[in-house]
Amino acid sequence: MRLGTAANAAYTATLAVTELLGCKQCNGNGGGGGGGGGGGGAGEELGIRIPRPLGHGPSRFIPEKEILQVGNEDAQMHTLFADSFAALGRLDNITLVMVFHPQYLESFLKTQHYLLQMDGPLPLHYRHYIGIMAAARHQCSYLVNLHVNDFLHVGGDPKWLNGLENAPQKLQNLGELNKVLAHRPWLITKEHIEQLLKAEEHSWSLAELVHAVVLLTHYHSLASFTFGCGISPEIHCDGGHTFRPPSVSNYCICDITNGNHSMEEIHVAGSVSITDSFCEVEALMEKMKQLQECRDEEEASQEEMASRFEIEKRESMFVFSSDDEEVAPTRDISRHFEDTSYGYKDFSRHGMHVPTFRVQDYCWEDHGYSLVNRLYPDVGQLIDEKFHIAYNLTYNTMAMHKDVDTSMLRRAIWNYIHCMFGIRYDDYDYGEINQLLDRSFKVYIKTVVCTPEKATKKMYDSFWRQFKHSEKVHVNLLLIEARMQAELLYALRAITRYMT
Amino acid sequence: MEKMARVTTALGGNTLTGRTMYCHLDAPANAISVCRDAAQVVVAGRNIFKIYAIEEEQFVEKLNLRVGRKPSLNFSCADVVWHQMDENLLATAATNGVVVTWNLGKPSRNKQDQLFTEHKRTVNKVCFHPTEAYMLLSGSQDGYMKCFDLRKKDSVSTFSGQSESVRDVQFSIRDYFTFAATFENGNVQLWDIRRPDRYERMFTAHNGPVFCCDWHPEDRGWLATGGRDKMVKVWDMNTNRAKEIYCVQSIASVARVKWRPECKHHLATCSMMVDHNIYVWDVRRPYIPSAMFEEHRDVTTGIVWRHLHDPYFLLSGSKDSTLYQHIFKDASQPIERANPEGLCYGLFGDLAFAAKESLVTADSNRKPYPGDRRHPIFFKRKLDPTEQFESVSSSALSVFETEPDSSSMGWFVDTARRYALAGRSLAELCDHNAKVAKELSRNQVAQTWTMLRIIYCSPGTMPSANLNHSIGKGSASLPLMNSFNLKDMASGMGSEARLDWSKGENRSENILLDSSATLITNDENEETEGSDVPADYLLGDVEGDEDELYLMDHENAHTEEPEYVLPQEAFPLRHEIVDNPSGPDHLQDKADSPHVSGNEAETVSLTPVESFSLISISHTLYESRLPPDFFSALVRDMLRFYAEQGDVQMAVSVLIVLGERIRKEIDEQTQEHWYTSYIDLLQRFRLWNISNQVIKLSTCRAITCLNQASTTLHVNCSNCKRPMSNKGWICDRCRQCASTCAVCHHVVKGLFVWCQGCSHGGHLQHILKWLESSTQCPAGCGHLCEYT
Repeated sequence: MRLGTAANAAYTATLAVTELLGCKQCNGNGGGGGGGGGGGGAGEELGIRIPRPLGHGPSRFIPEKEILQVGNEDAQMHTLFADSFAALGRLDNITLVMVFHPQYLESFLKTQHYLLQMDGPLPLHYRHYIGIMAAARHQCSYLVNLHVNDFLHVGGDPKWLNGLENAPQKLQNLGELNKVLAHRPWLITKEHIEQLLKAEEHSWSLAELVHAVVLLTHYHSLASFTFGCGISPEIHCDGGHTFRPPSVSNYCICDITNGNHSMEEIHVAGSVSITDSFCEVEALMEKMKQLQECRDEEEASQEEMASRFEIEKRESMFVFSSDDEEVAPTRDISRHFEDTSYGYKDFSRHGMHVPTFRVQDYCWEDHGYSLVNRLYPDVGQLIDEKFHIAYNLTYNTMAMHKDVDTSMLRRAIWNYIHCMFGIRYDDYDYGEINQLLDRSFKVYIKTVVCTPEKATKKMYDSFWRQFKHSEKVHVNLLLIEARMQAELLYALRAITRYMT
Repeated sequence: MEKMARVTTALGGNTLTGRTMYCHLDAPANAISVCRDAAQVVVAGRNIFKIYAIEEEQFVEKLNLRVGRKPSLNFSCADVVWHQMDENLLATAATNGVVVTWNLGKPSRNKQDQLFTEHKRTVNKVCFHPTEAYMLLSGSQDGYMKCFDLRKKDSVSTFSGQSESVRDVQFSIRDYFTFAATFENGNVQLWDIRRPDRYERMFTAHNGPVFCCDWHPEDRGWLATGGRDKMVKVWDMNTNRAKEIYCVQSIASVARVKWRPECKHHLATCSMMVDHNIYVWDVRRPYIPSAMFEEHRDVTTGIVWRHLHDPYFLLSGSKDSTLYQHIFKDASQPIERANPEGLCYGLFGDLAFAAKESLVTADSNRKPYPGDRRHPIFFKRKLDPTEQFESVSSSALSVFETEPDSSSMGWFVDTARRYALAGRSLAELCDHNAKVAKELSRNQVAQTWTMLRIIYCSPGTMPSANLNHSIGKGSASLPLMNSFNLKDMASGMGSEARLDWSKGENRSENILLDSSATLITNDENEETEGSDVPADYLLGDVEGDEDELYLMDHENAHTEEPEYVLPQEAFPLRHEIVDNPSGPDHLQDKADSPHVSGNEAETVSLTPVESFSLISISHTLYESRLPPDFFSALVRDMLRFYAEQGDVQMAVSVLIVLGERIRKEIDEQTQEHWYTSYIDLLQRFRLWNISNQVIKLSTCRAITCLNQASTTLHVNCSNCKRPMSNKGWICDRCRQCASTCAVCHHVVKGLFVWCQGCSHGGHLQHILKWLESSTQCPAGCGHLCEYT
């Protein structure tokens, strides 16, 4: 696999070194999920090439020892793993990372299982193909590889995988919606919907369309998660393994690059900015307290509230990290979608005036849910639960502090993401966002939500330095659910408009 | 707008008049409310806040409350309410969480009175106390309800629901201190206004958010709630536990519910998604709305009855930016268009059927009730006109009882069990099924099978198969065929015909003729091929002839087959030969024989040369004129006939046995219909295996996939022998992989065969091999496993 971004070049280099000088110890560590390590010797005697896992744990961003090891899980997690394994026939890295939050994972797996495998308007291979289409929009090779396998497994035509133009016209028609939904969902109009529903023999039914839309949004946001948490490729997929024999040399560079490197990092972080980042948490908590207390004191005028939203919306485009160069997607993935240049563009930057989406006029709880549940029964319920869990999930902790009410912070993150999509809550003071989310955090959110393929370990590391990895994964859950809801809201509103 | 009924109602001096009318608003409405005197209505929305006077012919804009140029979120209203005591007082709930009161009595243009900014989230609902002038209640997304005294600047008390967002708050109309609040998580809470610390009572009313509630204006204990789960429920709050007394199932989430004045059981609802109509329900009749207003083009967001004591005027605002006044007279009544009909089977085969009386009587005037004629085992017991609700329409109930003696369906079960549908040659199947039918004394069916064999058995295989058959077990099969004599048949058919339905009589007689003819042919065939039986009976001189015939047939086997499909020309010949086997009968008791032709037959049949020539003629006839599907149309009609008579068993069995030969003659839908009916019947008789076989053998895609839908396989763990509740292959009790092969002890991937007795199993190949040499289970559990 070639990694798609320049930012990851450094990492790729590390991998290459690891490949050359891999050692048995690392292999033993890294092969926890693979299970291939043990039989290596015997296999070699028979002349069989034994693949060895390349990555170090399920995530490139999170050190493996932070992640729960299979076998150490408690009963609840065990059932989750068992269910996941039974449903998918594998325990993928996404699951292994999400299990930081078992309550959410359960709902997530249930929804995904329902979407992909249970009764629904779309045939199974269509579902996986739509998943591939959606993931490919973000050049997410991880998800594409997984679903290419699944697609073939459920009897999909391998020809389709050569590119969208080889798929049936019906799926090709979906390409436009996929594109707009992934990058500029606010541009979706009822004309888009009409084009899909009235295409003679290639037309979609409303139920199929809702199923497709849910799948698209699900995989767009899952792509965000994959990049946001740096999910490593699965061992059986491209880039997840190597056939190079483990080095016999005692000197092992991985020890250095791995262990020492991370140690070093902690050291650097520790020595240089431990006070800094400590203050960071303290300051954040202080701000939250202030906001809570002085909320009623100085009431901002209406215009100011409105302008705060606009400012936040406008500013959100500047938070992009400087290395904004366009990276050509790898060929392998790009054949799954057309018009590669079409990416996330800020509406304000391009001078387009898009009316703000008022959540009070069309919200998920009242409108979206009813529409989805009407056209694709039970899914509305499942997604609703998932949103709920993601939004309300809290352990009342922040970094090293306990018993903190984080609702304000969570709401700020959620609303910030919706704000990037032009969705406005009348009852929210967007000034809070500026108080609570610092720049590096905004950069991360913005990147992961809008252009996930550009997310780097640097970004991941540079925000909320004192927070635990589980908390960062929690943030990612908020990101993907908020993104999914935003996309769904735009798509469903268009469908509603088409219906009336 | 062609409907323009004018309604006038007198209400204690006050007179309401008007017609169905509407006016365009400038923006979508979120809520509406009426003034106490029913002369004015206020419309509020994100971009609109206006008061309209309701005049006789039109709405007239009276006042725009949005003043000032700068847009303010305080004007963006989620709800509006007009005080029912003071006609100058209004309150709105803003989407940004502000509660605003308005005093129309103010001299300035800006009527805004007070501003309460205590809620942190959108305020969903405001509500004035019905009798108290200064008390205002609000419910917000932040989960709090606040009670305001309009004489003070701040809220008097705050009620925390301790759960999610508040969607609606309503003061009880009769209980001074009580109010109800509904929540996004499906709960309804009752509060005492004096006790802000804790709710008096809470219950879960809906699955998902409860969007609205309304107290009954007269009955103090009734509360109606509407939720996202598309239900409207009426709760009786008088008892200790809130009791659900009525439940109405709507087709979309219920956004507003309002009791209809002066009508104890009526309420109006509207939806917030998908459905734009306003329904008025009689809660006692929850399946069909008693009235429906269909004017709006987008979702209705607010409904309100114009006057507290007038049930005929309904006002509504909508997202389509219109304000409507609906008059009850102009409402459409779905009940008029509905055809209430019901049909139900009883436990013992009784059938009840209810329909509008007008329909039934009109029908029975014309002709006798169709059911009687078509299903003779039923008779119509009584005609029971029962009045439905409020004399909307009266319907008739007919009950058809099964006659006690005819209720036995033994023949059906027996037939289903014994029929062979696949696995043998067509001829054998037909013979077998004919035999089965015969033994159950269903002669017509038996004949049909025999005919089918004759028609369809393919020329190449037929004679040899038949020969083998008759020679191999000639003694067994031939007497049976012999017993097919005409007398038997005639009586059999007679009884069946007598039992039979009047409509089918003519046809069945036709069939009787046809079939007797062909049956004879069949007998003859049996005869000519394996003629040992007649040899037993016949006299010596005949025997020689028979032998000749026999031999001849042997030699000309290929010429003989076409005879099976011989048309009329060959009829005499067969007739003659056929009567030979029944010859002995005739000889023994000639008086009994209804067919005098026996004698003639004998005489003619004794000239083998002649018969031979006839056969060859018929052969050429066949070659030139009869394609193999010559009879398809006839067979198709025959199947249709059986199916129409209710013997779907026959139709399906023939369909399966003939397979491709007939399948394309009958359209998929009909086939599917037959299959489903038959399978349904089989399952009613618990003939699971047979129904499964039928499903498997059917060629309809819709049917074959029945077997694949929701099939659950219950598995035991092979280690602990307990049922595996967990999906997957890991037993959650003993935590071992359950699907290991008992022979090689590896996990089986792919085909896994296991013993249903001891739960052990493994690779198909391994188990097969093992069981070749041993009868016991390879796991060593001592179970004698069988592999079949």
